[in-house]
Amino acid sequence: MTSYFIQAFIYLVAAVIAVPLAKRFGLGSVLGYLIAGTVIGPVIGLVGEETTTIQHFAEFGVVMMLFLVGLELEPRMLWGMRNRLLGLGGLQVGLTAAIVMGIALGFNQPWSIALAIGLIFSLSSTAIVLQTFNEKGLTKTEGGQNAFSVLLFQDIAVIPMLAFIPLLALPELIAQAQQAVHTAADHHEELSLVAGLPGWAYGLVITASIAAVVVGGHFLSRPLFKFVAGSGLREIFTATALMLVVGIAALMSLVGLSPALGTFIAGVMLANSEFRHELESNIEPFKGLLLGLFFITVGAGIRFDVLFGEFFTIIGLTLAVIALKAAVLFVLALIFRIKGSNRWLFTLSLAQAGEFGFVLLSFSTQNHVLPAEIVQTLSLVVALSMFLTPGLFILFDKVILPRYERQSNQREEDVIEEKGTVIIAGIGRFGQIVNRVLVANGVKTVVLDHQADQVDNLRRINTQAYFGDATRPDLLHTAGVEEAAMVVVAIDNQEASVELVKYLKHSFPKVKVLARAFDRGHGYQLRQAGADVIESETYHSALELGAAAMREFGQHPFLVEQQKNAFKRAEDAQSDELYAAWNDESEGSERYDNNYVKLFMALEERIKQAMAFDRSDGHSMAERSWTPPPKGYADQFSEDDPSSKES
Amino acid sequence: MATKRVLVLYAHPSQHRSEVNFPLRQAAQEVEGVTLVDLYYEYPNFDICIDREQKRLLSHDVVIFQFPLYWYSTPSILKEWQDLILEYGFAYGQEGTQLHGKPFLCALSAGGKAEAYRADGYNHFTIGELLQPLEQMANLTGMVYLPPFAIFGSRTAVEDKRVAGHVEQYRQLLHALVDDKVDIKAAQALPILTDNLRNFIKDGA
Repeated sequence: MTSYFIQAFIYLVAAVIAVPLAKRFGLGSVLGYLIAGTVIGPVIGLVGEETTTIQHFAEFGVVMMLFLVGLELEPRMLWGMRNRLLGLGGLQVGLTAAIVMGIALGFNQPWSIALAIGLIFSLSSTAIVLQTFNEKGLTKTEGGQNAFSVLLFQDIAVIPMLAFIPLLALPELIAQAQQAVHTAADHHEELSLVAGLPGWAYGLVITASIAAVVVGGHFLSRPLFKFVAGSGLREIFTATALMLVVGIAALMSLVGLSPALGTFIAGVMLANSEFRHELESNIEPFKGLLLGLFFITVGAGIRFDVLFGEFFTIIGLTLAVIALKAAVLFVLALIFRIKGSNRWLFTLSLAQAGEFGFVLLSFSTQNHVLPAEIVQTLSLVVALSMFLTPGLFILFDKVILPRYERQSNQREEDVIEEKGTVIIAGIGRFGQIVNRVLVANGVKTVVLDHQADQVDNLRRINTQAYFGDATRPDLLHTAGVEEAAMVVVAIDNQEASVELVKYLKHSFPKVKVLARAFDRGHGYQLRQAGADVIESETYHSALELGAAAMREFGQHPFLVEQQKNAFKRAEDAQSDELYAAWNDESEGSERYDNNYVKLFMALEERIKQAMAFDRSDGHSMAERSWTPPPKGYADQFSEDDPSSKES
Repeated sequence: MATKRVLVLYAHPSQHRSEVNFPLRQAAQEVEGVTLVDLYYEYPNFDICIDREQKRLLSHDVVIFQFPLYWYSTPSILKEWQDLILEYGFAYGQEGTQLHGKPFLCALSAGGKAEAYRADGYNHFTIGELLQPLEQMANLTGMVYLPPFAIFGSRTAVEDKRVAGHVEQYRQLLHALVDDKVDIKAAQALPILTDNLRNFIKDGA
């Protein structure tokens, strides 16, 4: 136990020091984790043997990441990107594998080894790339989207590769046929439901498990989440989310499929769920930590003795792999007409080898496809290429992007496309109307509410709504508050809404905050908290009803309208003064006592004045609207024009 | 050089469709010494603030109405502006001398071709004749009426690639007004100011 604490402490200390420093120097968190790993591993040797064990555990971070990726993808969207997925992804994997294999053959490697190496280097690092895209806000760019399709294809392609690689061990072909099934589950094999099953039964089991995930995700998840949400306990919701991911990962491992793929499918199935954002915000911290751990183990796993033994070979190979992958990607970008800076983003972001490369490498060793010396060298190449990836992103940021930005100053139309969404916190009777106005005008809204029934109702009428407590920072984060243009605060709890406004203005000063006030006092509180726009929920409707009453009295509707405007003007003119008075006063009930009350009375008086027209015949300067000139005014004019009288 | 402050009261009820007036507006906004007031923007409910508008008039030397011609007249908010702002005792009548001597003109775009605005054209009246109510408004308020800066055939201006030329002329006109280089008498003798800039803008001086 003690040693576990010490190890965990070392890992955490390394991360806590290295990651913020790396971010400060603009290197991104991934490089920070990698450096932290190298320092505690090969450099000062604090950690060592247990790295591989921890790595298996940390790979669960990748699994969670794919679950989150799946949550972002609705099935419809996935279908929409099928061309890029198959075309771009398929060609990338195929071409890279073929070229690497060709080169390996040129170095007199047997074809089976050459092919295995080709497959290994055709993969890129989903973990690094997606994490970096997220941090730099590149996910929605054309380059980012295309890179994502390729990564997705790669992650799916790993499964047939795991099935195929054992076949490459030619002498033992017959024996492997069964073992392929057996070992495909994972490279560190323990349990399997499908060991020893004939091929057709294996196929059936796999189909059944995927069907279970799909059907379960579709039909069972909602009653389950509703049941849990009804309890109102946050930690149980977190537990449910974890249970789901762990359960699916376990099932997939048992039947010999990639856990990452399984959770990805589950994520896609839940992407339409109203619980999506809540799920995301619950899983997100686990994913972040585990991924970080994964990167640290990559850094810690670098074998300096091997590296320095064949220093130039390994560096040369790494650079060659990056250059080759970049070349393939660049050509594909040309073919698929990815333009401008996006072409470079696509090319540079995917030019490394990935974490699945490690998986395939050790898997190949177990299956006697690759000899151990080659694996040791190649592991270093994979790790180093991952190590260099943040550098490629920096190259993109600092060198390539500025060049294109200078070029494209003229056209701004592309930017407007991402107008930014509006997050509506609280979709009760008030937020609902706000939402309808926005949606009717083509504004994208994300609606959050903590009442599952309410959210259900909205979804029934085709409104995007998610279950969750809008005052939770992590939920706001997954709802995309960083990229949102505005947040409408319309939650029922008055204190909570003031707190939310305070938090929003403090953490995201650029986001406009529009708040609904219950009454005057609440309005002032919101104003103090920094809300940009405040509307009192009753003010306008009461004004309308008052106007309707005047019309019922037989007042001319146009006059009523004018009076209404005058009332509003008097109110607006006074609101600053009243707020200042309110702000000065002490807290609590005394607030309304002294100065404020006097001012309020003065306001009522002024409104009365504004209402009272001077009804005397002739023109009144007090009455500021359509008034006739005094009778007989025309007599003043002589026949010639007035400008002649100027002197 | 004398610097005049020019007030452009801009009224376009559907700006997002505008092909001519909007570029003119943008150009006007960039001219130093010009204040551009977008009436539909400031008063979407037609609830025009009289005090504010009168103060604006007092602090400017030249007044321009800029608008697309709607039914041979201004868009409704400009009429509303007239009704409310040009009060007895402020703009006309006893002591109503606040606007005396300020040059006034309309900068407008009309859908019809120039030939349509003639006695034998389908609009039967010249643009000058159609603007007579505004001319008389200027007279009664003691302002100095100038012929309109009128752009005809505005619905095809983009297709004919005329917009840049119109914008350039408008810019020149506004600069001349700000720099007080407009020969008022010469301008008044013209039917419209458009395409005639050289006839009334004084050089140098």
